Amino acid sequence: MHDFTQALAMAVQMIVTLDADLARIVGLSLRVSLTAVLAATLIGLPLGTAVAALRFPGRRGLSVALNTLMGLPPVVVGLVVFLLLSRSGPFGVLGLLFTPAAMIVAQTVLILPIVASLARQTVEDLLVEYDDLLRVTGAGPFHTLTTLLSEARWSLVTAILAGFGRASAEVGAVMIVGGNIEHATRVMTTAIALETSKGDLPMALGLGVVLMTLSLAVNLAASLLREAARR
Amino acid sequence: MLRRSFAIGCAAAAALFGLLPGTVTQAGAADRFITVASTTSTEDSGLFKDLLPKFTAKTGIGVRVVAKGTGQAIDLAKRGDADVLFVHHKPSEEKFVAEGFATERKPVMYNDFIVVGPAKDPAGVKGSKDVTDALARIAAAKAPFVSRGDDSGTHKAELALWTAAKLDPAKADGGWYKSIGQGMGPTLNTAAAMEGYALADRGTWLNFRNRGDLAVLVEGDKRLFNQYGVMLVNPAKFAHVKAGDGQAFVDWLVSAEGQKAIADYTIGGQPLFFPNANEPGA
Repeated sequence: MHDFTQALAMAVQMIVTLDADLARIVGLSLRVSLTAVLAATLIGLPLGTAVAALRFPGRRGLSVALNTLMGLPPVVVGLVVFLLLSRSGPFGVLGLLFTPAAMIVAQTVLILPIVASLARQTVEDLLVEYDDLLRVTGAGPFHTLTTLLSEARWSLVTAILAGFGRASAEVGAVMIVGGNIEHATRVMTTAIALETSKGDLPMALGLGVVLMTLSLAVNLAASLLREAARR
Repeated sequence: MLRRSFAIGCAAAAALFGLLPGTVTQAGAADRFITVASTTSTEDSGLFKDLLPKFTAKTGIGVRVVAKGTGQAIDLAKRGDADVLFVHHKPSEEKFVAEGFATERKPVMYNDFIVVGPAKDPAGVKGSKDVTDALARIAAAKAPFVSRGDDSGTHKAELALWTAAKLDPAKADGGWYKSIGQGMGPTLNTAAAMEGYALADRGTWLNFRNRGDLAVLVEGDKRLFNQYGVMLVNPAKFAHVKAGDGQAFVDWLVSAEGQKAIADYTIGGQPLFFPNANEPGA
């Protein structure tokens, strides 16, 4: 039990004092994961809605593929993005390996299937109500998508938050493509892995508590935003 | 409704990203830097945290370290993903040079390996000055031994010691010999948790917190000597290698100033690395 109380005390101390190093790590974590969430949202919501509402060839296959890819192991995503961005890889000339941009790319790939799949499910449920209406009014594909996205928007927040949860919690992908470089690509999860490997378990656990606090803050903000918008 | 929700979404996104430009510009501002592929021992021991700011203060060149096992670090450098390679396995380093990935390897410093194990020492190796004899006793006692198993310099050194002891622990894999495929720290965590033996570099050990009942049992055998070498990745192989700044780092490490900085790094009064750039054949 001593370990846990020590970790909790350390977490409180870290949050209260918020030294420059920790602030930088937290800032980079937020920047990388939120940017990935934004990208995955912009692609995933229309994609999921299209799979749910539109009829096109390969739709069922795409749906199964998205569901399967929800289980993509982060370390595999990291490895694939690493090989693509490595100087010896096809996109090596961009020089993106070991930069936050590489981490954003990896996390976007990781969470896109989650956002798209959950969006598809949400919109499919909604479609039971709206299918007739859309058909009667003879809505085209674009109108159908925008209507459904608009009507489902607050339910879709859950899909987005699930994506954020996955992105902010994963360590395998950002460790490989970011390299856990101090002051450059070190984020919360890779810092936790590093402290664990140094055997500083209270510090590692303390950072874990800080990460969960951060996640709580993001979810609370989303929840408040949703409440405010409903009123 | 659509327009309103879009506006809210935009406002939320703007608010989120409004908070972040500090981190965005800060990452972009550190424009003069080199990337060094190195080993977990230099990072986990705290050496780089002490050493690199001194170099950066003198030259204005930032150093970004990607810390992997020696095997992985060499692989990174061979792909052209690092400017400088700083590792500890001389045969692999010489091969790296022979293959044209670097033009010259320079010896920098050494530290030593130690055999750690549970204080109660079921294999009875404590105080031994003969590391191969100690390993043979651990094998005979079938006491748990945790191996890095990750193709790192420490792993390669451990395998060479088993060979010198005329033993093949791979045959006992899954039994008393546990190859976990992880870094030095996780290996020590595992050894502490299962009261096992392990080969560790002294630097990581001295900086390691979660020791449990582990203690240093075997040290001082010359075969536990651990030499580090540094080299610039050949710019003729990879045009993007930052040759000038990378070479400046290599030269500083082996200069009188860099060598003194290495010698000055201590934990609890104990030095971790011993500079030997001028030792012939190191």
